[in-house]
Amino acid sequence: MGKTLFDKVWDAHVVDAMKDGPQILYIDQHLIHEVTSPQAFKELEERGIPIFRPNQIVATADHNTPTLNQHLPVKDLLSRNQLKQLSENCEKHGITLYALGHQYNGIVHVMAPELGITQPGMTIVCGDSHTSTHGAFGTIAFGIGTSQVAQVFASQCLLLTKPKSLRITVNGTLKKGVLPKDVILYIISQIGTNAGTGYFCEYAGEVFSQMSMEGRMTVCNMSIEMGARGGMIAPDDTTFEYVKGRTFAPKGLDFEQKIAYWKTLPSDPDAVFDKEYHFDASDIEPMITYGTNPGMGIKLSGNIPELQDASFKKALEYMNFQPGERLIDKPINYVFIGSCTNSRIEDFRIAAHFVKGKRKAPNVTAWLVPGSRQVEAQIEAEGLKTIFEEAGFQLRQPGCSACLAMNDDKIPQGEYCVSTSNRNFEGRQGQGARTILASPLVAAATAIEGKIIDVTQYLN
Amino acid sequence: MEAFAKLTSTAIPLEIENIDTDQIIPARFLKATDKEGFGDNVFRDWRFHEDGSINNKFILNDTTYEGKILVAGNNFGCGSSREHAAWALVGYGLKVIVSSFFADIFKGNSLNNGLLPVQVSEGFLSEIFHALKKDPTTKITVDLEQQTISVEGISLNESFEIDPYKKTCMLNGYDDIDYLLSKKTQIEAFEAQKLN
Ligand code: SF4
Repeated sequence: MGKTLFDKVWDAHVVDAMKDGPQILYIDQHLIHEVTSPQAFKELEERGIPIFRPNQIVATADHNTPTLNQHLPVKDLLSRNQLKQLSENCEKHGITLYALGHQYNGIVHVMAPELGITQPGMTIVCGDSHTSTHGAFGTIAFGIGTSQVAQVFASQCLLLTKPKSLRITVNGTLKKGVLPKDVILYIISQIGTNAGTGYFCEYAGEVFSQMSMEGRMTVCNMSIEMGARGGMIAPDDTTFEYVKGRTFAPKGLDFEQKIAYWKTLPSDPDAVFDKEYHFDASDIEPMITYGTNPGMGIKLSGNIPELQDASFKKALEYMNFQPGERLIDKPINYVFIGSCTNSRIEDFRIAAHFVKGKRKAPNVTAWLVPGSRQVEAQIEAEGLKTIFEEAGFQLRQPGCSACLAMNDDKIPQGEYCVSTSNRNFEGRQGQGARTILASPLVAAATAIEGKIIDVTQYLN
Repeated sequence: MEAFAKLTSTAIPLEIENIDTDQIIPARFLKATDKEGFGDNVFRDWRFHEDGSINNKFILNDTTYEGKILVAGNNFGCGSSREHAAWALVGYGLKVIVSSFFADIFKGNSLNNGLLPVQVSEGFLSEIFHALKKDPTTKITVDLEQQTISVEGISLNESFEIDPYKKTCMLNGYDDIDYLLSKKTQIEAFEAQKLN
C-alpha cells in the first residue's frame, strides 16, 4: 500500500517506538515565543537539564507586544517582564531571538516561512496551536503545550501516538471574490469543529494546487479549528519557488538536492486515508461567521440557521443575533486585518486593491496589522501604505494584536468586529467583544461601507 | 507531577459544549512566567461580570456544587494550545474532567499535569448530568487502574480509554522528559544518520 505525504514525513522522523505505546518523533525546528516558553525554561533549570539543540530553536516576540511605538519601552509591566524573560532565556542558552524591533521580528507563523526556516519535509513544533500554518509547505507542523516545549528543549523529540489520516479534496474553480479564507471557513462550516480531532489533514485537489503559498498558509492555519492537529499540502513548484533564495533556505547544489527529495513527498496514488471529504469549488461563496466558534459560518449573503441546541442559542445570545436573520447591512464599527491567518503581503494587496480611491466609513476603526517587519516594509515599498492612509485605515506595527487581545489592541465590550483572524470565541478579541470572521476582502469592504455588504455584487 | 490512582468525589456539572481554552483561562491572564496562580482566574469571564461582581448564575459560584471532578459538555478544551488552561483547572483544585469528547492538545496537556481527562459516551454523560441535577451530593468514583468511572446512585458504570504509557506515567507521577532523556544515545545516533 502506498504512503501518504504525512506518512512519509512522519516515518522519516521516528527515532524509536515503544511497544504498544507512543513513538519518539524527532523535531527539526522548534519555534518559541514569550507566552508559552517561560515555564518550560524554568522547568529545565529546576531539574538541571541543559537545552539539547539550541541551534534548532528560533524565538520571536509576538503575542504580547504593542503594535504602536515599538521603539519605546513596553508600558504594561507584566508584558514587559515576559518579554525580558524571553530575551534573558535566549541569551543564556544561545538561542536566536528576533526581539521587538528586529528586522525579522513578527508573528511566529509569518516570520519563519518568510525567512525560509520552514521547509518541506520537516517536523516543526511551537507552543501555539496555529503552528499548523507551516503545513502549507508539506511540513508536519503542530502546536504543543508547555510541558512538550520542555520536552523538545531537553531532547529535540516528542513522545507521540501517530494520528489518523484525513484528506479533504476540493476540485473545480473558485468563483470571483472567493479567497483561501473562504475555502477553509466553508470546509469547517460543513464538517464541524471536531471532525478533525485525532487526525492530521491533507488538503488536495485543483483548488489547493492552484493556490499561492500565502493562500495555502491561510488554509493550513485554520486546520486546528476543525480539531485536526495540523494540515498539509503537497510541496510542488509553487512551494519550491517560494522557498528559493530565502534567508535560511538551502542554496545552490544543496537546494537542488533538497528539491529532488521534496519531489518524492506527495502522497502515492494508492495511499489510503482513514477519512475523506470531497467538495466542489463552485459551491463555495465568500463566507462569514455568526457565532462563537469558527464552525458557525454561513455564506455572506445567507441567513443564520434556526437551530434548537443550547450551544447555538448561547452563541446567538452572546452575538446578539436572531435565528434566521441575515448579516448583510449590519452596522460594524471595528475592522481588523491581521493575525497569522491573514497578515501576509498578499492579504494587504487584496485589501489595498479594493480600498484604493475609497474612504472608510466614519464610524469604523480599521486596524491593519502586518504579520512581520518584512511584510510591513513590503507594504511601504509597494505603495500600499499610502492607499491605506488615504482611505483612513490605521497601519500598525507587527504582532498578534487584536487576534487574542493580550496587548492593548482590544475590541470594546459589545462591539462587533469583522476580523480576518481565526477565532471568534467569546471574549477572544476583548471582554464582551463580538467577532465575525471573514476574508481580507470582506473585511476591507466592511470598513469602507461601515456595514456588512455583499462584496460579490461589487465585483460583478 | 502528582500521581493519580483513584478518586471518589462530588462533582460540578458544567453543561456547556465546545468549551474552549480561551474561556478556561482568558488570554489577558497569560502574562505570568510561573505555573502558579492561574486557578484564581479559571473561567474568569463566566465567574465574574465585567464590573468585577460575582455572576451568581454560573455553576462554579453555586455553593450546592463542589468537588474535585468537573463534568463538562462535548468537545472540552478546544482552541488554543495554552497549557495555562490545565494549570488553571489544577490550580482550582480539580483532579478529573469528564466529557464525551476532548480536544487533542488539551488532553495531552492535562495528562502532563496530573489532571485526568475521562472520556465517556454521550449517553453516560447525560446520565451523570441528570444524576447531579437530582442530587448535587452524588459521588463519582474514577479508578485509573481499572479504567472505570462509576456514579453513586445510578447502577451504571463505564470504562474509559487511556494510552497505556500515559496511564503508567499518571499512576507513578512520571513525565515524558525522564523517558526521553533515557533515550539520548539513540536520539544522537538518529541525528548522525540523518546528516549523512
Ligand atoms: S496571530 Fe493569533 S492565532 Fe496567530 S499566533 Fe498570534 S495569537 Fe495565535
